[in-house]
Amino acid sequence: MQYDSLVRTDNGQPVRCLIVDDSIFARKNLAKLLQSFGCAVAGEASDGCAALEQYDRLLPDLVLMDITMPQLEGIEAAERLVRHHPDARVVMVSSVGCQENIIAALQRGARHFVHKPVKPEVLYEVIRYVLADAIASPVTPEHVQ
Amino acid sequence: MKMELIQPFINSADAVLAQSLGSDTQIGDVSMEEEVYRRKGVAAMVTISGDIEGRVIFDMDSATAARVAAYLAGGDAEGSSELVSETVCELANMVVGSAVTSLNDQGVHFKISPPELHTAEQGLGGTEDTEALVMCFHTRNGDLYMNIAMRYNRRRRSEPSLLQV
Repeated sequence: MQYDSLVRTDNGQPVRCLIVDDSIFARKNLAKLLQSFGCAVAGEASDGCAALEQYDRLLPDLVLMDITMPQLEGIEAAERLVRHHPDARVVMVSSVGCQENIIAALQRGARHFVHKPVKPEVLYEVIRYVLADAIASPVTPEHVQ
Repeated sequence: MKMELIQPFINSADAVLAQSLGSDTQIGDVSMEEEVYRRKGVAAMVTISGDIEGRVIFDMDSATAARVAAYLAGGDAEGSSELVSETVCELANMVVGSAVTSLNDQGVHFKISPPELHTAEQGLGGTEDTEALVMCFHTRNGDLYMNIAMRYNRRRRSEPSLLQV
């Protein structure tokens, strides 16, 4: 499937993403998906602590964050990230999609939640929704589950 | 072994494997193992703690693991052994995570550890409390095995109306 490239309206540059997952396999797959959406992978991190450091350095437009990770798990990392960067846009990407986790993630600063295995069309629509005010072709809430 | 604990894992494995591998799966042999577990090739283990405790091992022979990794990498047949191992770990993560989602939404609360490559020749042996259930899933990339050993922890043991397998 072909996707319209996700580019920022202010500078015409690809949306820059930080991928946070302890699995190399998952990071590689997410990177492929993002590239198929026309996004740029600004960086990768394998746990929450590394994600905080990478975010400070890279200031990406979007963070895709796993939950179950060593050292600092994803929901706690998202909360710390948003505390220091209130404008940070974090999307949780996890196989553990129980309501408890989803609610906790949203209450603690995440903007959305995507279940693994990731369906490309779902991730694409979620990114368009979360970055609605920053990209050229945003999506409205009714398009996103 | 309680069926209401096992069924979400079967459903989850069936759904995740079908979606990830792009074809239907068939459940093959199902057996109870009371002796120590010997892995078949590349195996990933996820441990569970909370209302339920135990572990799930996701296992396949090396050739199947290489085929699955190549398929999931988009046909890249030159995946490193690290990528093959990571692929098996991530499959285990997705299967267990999806089952956890289902059980959590039913009111059973527990946490899972990040998957670890299981390299020992022996896993947990079965006991009267934690017999291991081994299921084979036939896929077009080869056979995958899921080995589950878990039990309610003592806090929940006294709860009534639990179905025995």
